[in-house]
Amino acid sequence: MRAARWLIPLAAVPVLALLAYGFRLGPRDIPSPLVGRPAAVFALKTFEGAPVDLSRLQGQVVVLNFWASWCRPACYEEAPVLERGWRAYRQRGVTVVGVGIQDTVDAGLKFVTDFGLSFPNAQDTAGKVAIDYGVYGVPETFFIDRQGRIRAKHVGALSDTDFREHVERLLADRG
Amino acid sequence: MASGGAAARNRSAVLTAAIPPLLWVLIVFSGSALGQAPASPVASPVSEETVHSVAAQLRCVVCQNLSVADSPSEMANQMRALVRERLAAGEQPAQVVQYFVDRYGEWILLSPRRQGFNLLVWLAPALAVLAGLGVVAVVVSRWTRRRPSRTPVVVDPVMAERIRRELESQP
Repeated sequence: MRAARWLIPLAAVPVLALLAYGFRLGPRDIPSPLVGRPAAVFALKTFEGAPVDLSRLQGQVVVLNFWASWCRPACYEEAPVLERGWRAYRQRGVTVVGVGIQDTVDAGLKFVTDFGLSFPNAQDTAGKVAIDYGVYGVPETFFIDRQGRIRAKHVGALSDTDFREHVERLLADRG
Repeated sequence: MASGGAAARNRSAVLTAAIPPLLWVLIVFSGSALGQAPASPVASPVSEETVHSVAAQLRCVVCQNLSVADSPSEMANQMRALVRERLAAGEQPAQVVQYFVDRYGEWILLSPRRQGFNLLVWLAPALAVLAGLGVVAVVVSRWTRRRPSRTPVVVDPVMAERIRRELESQP
């Protein structure tokens, strides 16, 4: 009987431990099984009609960003960061590719024009590229190394520091 | 088109004018017979039940507690289209599910697979119910068990005699 008195509070211990573990996890840290694996190749057309073919970008560090014009404020905060990053690193073998998802072409084009984005931006109208990259929402950014492997995934708006750290790491990696 | 006044040309013009309605009928029927676009479930080589059964196993990534089959979101709609497309391309339902698991991890599955550590999720509720039933059984048996009298009550014979007499003297 004395042991049974302790049984009920003891039964709560594993439940509390599980809760404590769950609360310690960052809700943005959704592990992607794609990190470390070859990036899925795709071919889209930019809003201007130029081809964007990932297979042709091998040998470059690629920053692949998924966005949408309705994604406020994260995509709006991030767009200038991507443009700055692209301008700062394009001469060093870094390409930024934007893929608009779950959006209309008109709204997507307006977004690109409003921010004066000069890196290639395409619309994934069927959502196949987004699903191929296991995208949950927008914005999500994948950092792809020169060998065409996904090395990191960033969920949420990128900051200049995030951009620089990821890109510098991949540029420094000569393997 | 042509501006010639020949009778033959006029006849052909009349014929071509008459053909379009016929052509439309032919185009419509040949189109549906060939099953060019899987616009309707009837024309699709993949049954909607199969698409639904695969989509029902997948979690809608932009929803809360909804499957891809049940969600009205655009993302789920695109996922259903992809499920249909892959099944139509000849993939087995398990292969289509694996395609999504490879990209999203097992998180995408509404029901965790019954293997390894995941077995705990399946077995724990049953074990908890069994343990609960055991506790209830023990408690109920304790409540209902008659308690045997611990020590026989010893009554003073003088007192017993007095009580008897007083009871008898009552009218």
